[in-house]
Amino acid sequence: MSQDGPRDAGYDDFLDAVEAGEPYYLESPSGNGWLPPREFDPETGERELTEESLPETGEVLTKTVVNVAGPSFADDAPYIVAVAQFGPVRLTGQIRVEGQKRGVGSEEVEIGQEVEIDVGHNETEGERVVVLEPV
Amino acid sequence: MTAPRVAGVGMTAFGKSPERTGRELFAEAARKAYDDAGLGPDAVDEVFYGNFMGQHAEQQGHSGPLAADSAGVTAPATRIESACASSGAAVRLGVERVRNGAADCVLVGGGERMTNLSTAEGTAGLASAADALWEIKAGVTFPGAYSLMANRYFHEHGGDREDLAAVAVKNHRHAAENPLAQFQREITVEDVLSAPTVCSPFGLYDCSPMSDGGSAALLVSEEFADERGLDPEVAITGTGQGGDRMALHDRVSMTRTPAAERAAETAYDDAGVGPEDIDVAEVHDCFTIAEVLALEALGFYEPGEAISAATDGETDMDGDLPVNLSGGLKAKGHPVGATGGAQVSELTKLLRGDHVNSDAVPDAEVGLTHNAGGTVASCVVNVLEVVA
Repeated sequence: MSQDGPRDAGYDDFLDAVEAGEPYYLESPSGNGWLPPREFDPETGERELTEESLPETGEVLTKTVVNVAGPSFADDAPYIVAVAQFGPVRLTGQIRVEGQKRGVGSEEVEIGQEVEIDVGHNETEGERVVVLEPV
Repeated sequence: MTAPRVAGVGMTAFGKSPERTGRELFAEAARKAYDDAGLGPDAVDEVFYGNFMGQHAEQQGHSGPLAADSAGVTAPATRIESACASSGAAVRLGVERVRNGAADCVLVGGGERMTNLSTAEGTAGLASAADALWEIKAGVTFPGAYSLMANRYFHEHGGDREDLAAVAVKNHRHAAENPLAQFQREITVEDVLSAPTVCSPFGLYDCSPMSDGGSAALLVSEEFADERGLDPEVAITGTGQGGDRMALHDRVSMTRTPAAERAAETAYDDAGVGPEDIDVAEVHDCFTIAEVLALEALGFYEPGEAISAATDGETDMDGDLPVNLSGGLKAKGHPVGATGGAQVSELTKLLRGDHVNSDAVPDAEVGLTHNAGGTVASCVVNVLEVVA
């Protein structure tokens, strides 16, 4: 949620749920998983998406260390962005070792690393960020 | 339904010209296309103008009419936006207009002004081609998004930074004599490997630059050409566009680009050719890994096998399949909205024999442009052939 602006429905609801310890995703009848907001399963066109509990841990599929950032993350660089798979859904977040602000100590995280989801804040603007913490 | 002829092409020199406005850049490209064709603005029935971030860089929306105005045209004019595939999509729409008889002469192309922005502002503008909620808010930048693809590619298929460096070295070599290219000097693998890191594994030379530029082409019907006594040598015989999920994490694979595969299949079927018929290609190398992914999606290589194409010299101007003889986006430059039109402009000249690198492909008759948007959430492929 922007500290000064309106919420982004779906996205901020998801972050609220993660902070409450109840992360979820949207699942279609075909079993495909998506992040909110979604009206349709884009693979099948199905409409009956239900909220399901996000698996407790996920797996890092790929990562990169970002040295050159946009204005919103200028004071955060360098930081690590990764894609992780949690059951049928994938998401993008920043890898951070628990308790550390900006990925300190997470340079050794490799593809295949098990991670948990959390919510952090970016240093530049204080905005919430999806965080992936190595287990 | 005959293939539209490419009556004229033009582009500005790509590079840093922060004071030149988008409208001026496109006007220059249009002027060059008119001169190349021997036509004037009065011939144009419709305009499709590719532009990605005019609202960010110049606070300029509604740029279709502005582009037409700048090119001296009063006609239906629409801005086409598909991130980096904006003007490739503009070309495709122009082709379809001419084919279905709705227009006899269409001005297509694009423009982008970017270097008036700071690096951070430009980075933010480019990042808007990614998912604003689920990627940008996580700190994804455009080099970052392609870095995620590159690292996953290395994990699945192997390869290393040296293989990617070979792509950059090749494309800089191809651009060395191109007066329109942003970078006209050769680089070495060592230059690439020792450059500052942008996003691992990419250094500065793995990334196409911020650029300003405009591109234009005049597509005409056979009837129009006959009436005007024109016989343009090159026609666009096939066109295709493909789509995929927006966010990289929602793709079936992060190392394949189905939007490009679908665009290519459609364009090949449309033209009645296959990858084995392509003599020369201009592909979307916004980052070095992007050329590798393009070669596989276009059917030139199996998945996982194009990583060594540049290293092995196969895509060099002297190789079996010359790729990016213009220098590609990497060395020619990448003013986002202008790139697809510039690929058509350069490829047309290569096929006609009046490009600085035409001597490398003297017998080329069939060429292909591949223009991808974002992390290939959209892609347009056009097939060009010598027909006269």
